[in-house]
Amino acid sequence: MCLAIPGRVEEITTDGLIRVGRVNFGGVVKSVCLDCVPDVEVGDYTIVHVGFAISKIDEKTAQETLALFREMGVLDEELAGEEEQFARAAGRPQSACPDGSCEVEAVKTAVD
Amino acid sequence: MKYLTEFRNGEIAQKIAREIHAITTRPWKIMEVCGGQTHSIIRNGIDQMLPAGIDMIHGPGCPVCVTPLELIDKALAIAEQPGVIFCSFGDMLRVPGTDADLFQIKGRGGDVRVVYSPLDAVDVAVKNPDKQVVFFGVGFETTAPANAMSVHVAKRRGLKNFSLLVSHVLVPPAMEAILNSPGNLVQGFLAAGHVCSVMGYWEYPALAEKYRVPIVVTGFEPLDLLDGIRRAVVQLEAGKYEVENAYGRVVTFDGNQAAQKLLAEVFEVTDRAWRGIGVIPKSGWKLSEAYREFDAEERFHITGIHTQESALCRSGEVLRGAIKPAECGAFGKECTPRHPLGATMVSSEGACAAYFNYGRFLSAEELASAGSALTGVGRG
Repeated sequence: MCLAIPGRVEEITTDGLIRVGRVNFGGVVKSVCLDCVPDVEVGDYTIVHVGFAISKIDEKTAQETLALFREMGVLDEELAGEEEQFARAAGRPQSACPDGSCEVEAVKTAVD
Repeated sequence: MKYLTEFRNGEIAQKIAREIHAITTRPWKIMEVCGGQTHSIIRNGIDQMLPAGIDMIHGPGCPVCVTPLELIDKALAIAEQPGVIFCSFGDMLRVPGTDADLFQIKGRGGDVRVVYSPLDAVDVAVKNPDKQVVFFGVGFETTAPANAMSVHVAKRRGLKNFSLLVSHVLVPPAMEAILNSPGNLVQGFLAAGHVCSVMGYWEYPALAEKYRVPIVVTGFEPLDLLDGIRRAVVQLEAGKYEVENAYGRVVTFDGNQAAQKLLAEVFEVTDRAWRGIGVIPKSGWKLSEAYREFDAEERFHITGIHTQESALCRSGEVLRGAIKPAECGAFGKECTPRHPLGATMVSSEGACAAYFNYGRFLSAEELASAGSALTGVGRG
């Protein structure tokens, strides 16, 4: 959960209050707050955690880290959209149920 | 060593591992603090490349894992209320409360939403002025700036329908609590790279000095981790206890000062309960006086929550490094990632879940005797 993902800044705008960037994470583009990385410009790489840029990094480090996180499966986990997150949760039955009966409920909920 | 040789520069990894073997003259216990590092160590079999005496202890650095059951129950109680949109990171959906989880609350008609960023939850509040929007703000120092920015923006926008259910935890006080615990086994630390990218590592020299433990700021890649372990072992063998930065391409001594300034404005230090450990003084953040109006606990006044942890679960001992996950009687039996009994199994970054997911069902003794049959680097 504390993993920060590197991405390339493609565009910088402001929403009137904060500096916002469109950041590309190996193909997935997200809106990111750039307020705390004032030196980051378009074309730079920055590491981002939950929509918030933490620091500037070089391209080589960014690419290596992206490859590692993709390999570990955390890239998809961090960047997945809401529907995918719920679909994934639906595949994990409720945890407080030791006899497995909750799996039925979880599937039902997912279908609903 | 399938993953490591396939994925990263196996030759350099082997070289660092050989160096660790060459310099190690006695057993050492080193804790990696961060759950992401635990995941990477187990996933890449890094612990199995080390000399038998180098024991990696998997620390409490998974915020999902250490969020107290009581707070999960509070989240569920708020999410159930009509007129509430409850926003969360996806990895909190299946964390079990006493009677349910957030996913089930949604199934019962609660408006539970997964957002990528807390700032997205602020947008939900702007678009739904007739609803109360609550964001579940868990996390370590890495996650805190984004959560802080969400209330900062909400305040500047004058939003009256946004609040944060805060359960922020801090790494250095947890390290100190571990070092202070009776029978502490940890002799050196790998500090969490991304936490330090925000906070820097200026808090660590005092800890290293006071407890005479080396602390090495370390990244997440196999080579980063091996290099961090190597540096810690070099110090331990030499009787040194310094703070080193093995993740210089991301971390500076001072960290991100703009983010720290924001954090100091929005949050203040508080005592915080850690699941599996208990209350650690001054180990968390709550909203400061200026932002108290955005505190979901104050806005919703949830009371009457009584929680009880499983009697079988030994996650506290796992978190202190007293036992390995497979030494707990419930591991893989009553307790699995699908049915977690305690802190270290509830998220994929928890030590027990990592051991379960990568098939580590042997206890420390069994692992050691299996390892002694093999020689050299890269066993397993």
